[in-house]
Amino acid sequence: MSTATHSLPRTIGAHAVLLTYTVIALFPVIIVIVNSFKSRAAIFGAPLAPPTPKTFDLIGYTTVIGQGDFIHYFQNSLVVTVASLFFVLLFGAMAAFALSEYRFRGNSLMGLYLALGIMIPIRLGTVAILQLMVMSGLVNTLTALILVYTAQGLPLAVFILSEFMKQVSDDLKNAGRIDGLSEYTIFFRLVLPLVRPSMATVAVFTMIPIWNDLWFPLILAPSEETKTVTLGAQLFLGQFVTNWNAILAALSLAIMPVLILYVIFSRQLIRGITSGAVK
Amino acid sequence: MAAAPKRPFRWHIVVFLAPAVLVYTAIMILPLAGTLQLSLFRNIEQAQVFVGFENFRRLFGDPNWSVNFWNALRNNVWFFIIHMVVQNPIGVLLAALLSSPRLRFSAFYRTAIFVPTILSFVIVGFAWKLILSPLWGVAPNLMDIVGLKSLFTPWLGKEQYALTTLSLISVWQFVGIPMMLIYAALLSIPEEVIEAAECDGITGMSQFWKIKLPLILPSIGIISILTFVGNFNAFDLIYTAQGALAGPNYSTDILGTFLYRAFFGFQLQVGDPNMGAAIATMMFLIILGGVCVYLFLVQTRLRRYQF
Repeated sequence: MSTATHSLPRTIGAHAVLLTYTVIALFPVIIVIVNSFKSRAAIFGAPLAPPTPKTFDLIGYTTVIGQGDFIHYFQNSLVVTVASLFFVLLFGAMAAFALSEYRFRGNSLMGLYLALGIMIPIRLGTVAILQLMVMSGLVNTLTALILVYTAQGLPLAVFILSEFMKQVSDDLKNAGRIDGLSEYTIFFRLVLPLVRPSMATVAVFTMIPIWNDLWFPLILAPSEETKTVTLGAQLFLGQFVTNWNAILAALSLAIMPVLILYVIFSRQLIRGITSGAVK
Repeated sequence: MAAAPKRPFRWHIVVFLAPAVLVYTAIMILPLAGTLQLSLFRNIEQAQVFVGFENFRRLFGDPNWSVNFWNALRNNVWFFIIHMVVQNPIGVLLAALLSSPRLRFSAFYRTAIFVPTILSFVIVGFAWKLILSPLWGVAPNLMDIVGLKSLFTPWLGKEQYALTTLSLISVWQFVGIPMMLIYAALLSIPEEVIEAAECDGITGMSQFWKIKLPLILPSIGIISILTFVGNFNAFDLIYTAQGALAGPNYSTDILGTFLYRAFFGFQLQVGDPNMGAAIATMMFLIILGGVCVYLFLVQTRLRRYQF
């Protein structure tokens, strides 16, 4: 390798740029979390300072936990996300298997049909989706959200998973067939375990937009019973505009679970993106 | 395979495909078609009556609607332009730096820079609203450190700055995606190509411009179309930071917020599903147009590097 490409000044320059951008990316998050642990006077007096024993105050958190029904919102979000994820992965993998394994008439047409949804956002159908949910009595139920998110997640899941399923060895599947396994057993016992890493990638891609969505909870399930944490936070923040302790605490509470999950799964996510899963 | 005509009907294919196709068709394709259809109807005396393109005529011609529509469309185009001009160069720069060989801490940088992308719009919108607020003073304090305090104004509250500020916040949130996709594209450039370039004496910056950039153009094309679809479908950030009225004075109104107001109504105006459907149809056509341009022009010209 030539030395010209990685000389010392060049390396320092690269680190300087990356570090600067890292600071820009993390600064807003950090300043919100840091200030959420401070008293009101300190939030305004010295917003950039970390909390000291003197300015440390949990009043914001006690307000949030006392006022908002956050635990309940959290459960709703969790139910919606986990259930949608389960159906996206199960139905998506089944369809991907059918498309990648069997040759039948209309195969590529079906693939194209399912891929439409990758580019056309489901949001544009909202007017008719709401009518559909009103007719079927599903407004203000978590089921409505689960159905919508399942439909939203399927196109990309089918697309990515069928790419990966094409790589599963034919010999293995044919050996299974010779041993008399049914097609269902081949799918559930042989193929699914082999594509598990790509399922994890799809799971992360599917999960983030569902957890963060504001549009559909706002339109399909705005009742107190079915609020998700994103919608709950939005309304809460609107109500407490002047209570800065509470706002900062609510924001921190909304950031932290996602951040913790991200730190745990970031390897998986980044490997998923960089392995060319999304082409 | 020779026995294909005699083979019994393969029910398992239907079983495998049915759940996905049913849910997808019922919740996504049919409502989408239903919305397109609704845009051609009006509610007259409690009944849906076919009115042809009347809703669109109102949307483009009736000042009650058209002023807001063209304003939202213009704002949306500006929103997209800012994304393309700011997000892609920053993404390419970060990816190029990250992919330089033997760079330490690159996993840390990657992970950290991607953090905003995983946060919800509600968090991002509100956190920035607080930071830029003149009440709190984080932004003025920071600008004071570099001696630029006099330049501070409440950007989100001024008509001429609010939209650009929100676009930049959105860029801040999503720059991780172009960075990752371009980073992946840079890593997939074969070692031989780089070595051949070095043998010919092309290194450093000229190597980037002449060898690597042409090879990552397909990725930039994909990022552009993803950004296009995302931008013309955006809603959450504006709604969170500026409310459904997209203030100040509609200066941050984009198609998503306009659709929301038309569909649900706000303050004194009653919601109008048919006009909502007409706006959604326009958004559909714009997005479809963008995707077609991408598929027919960009995709056919830019071939991924292949052996």
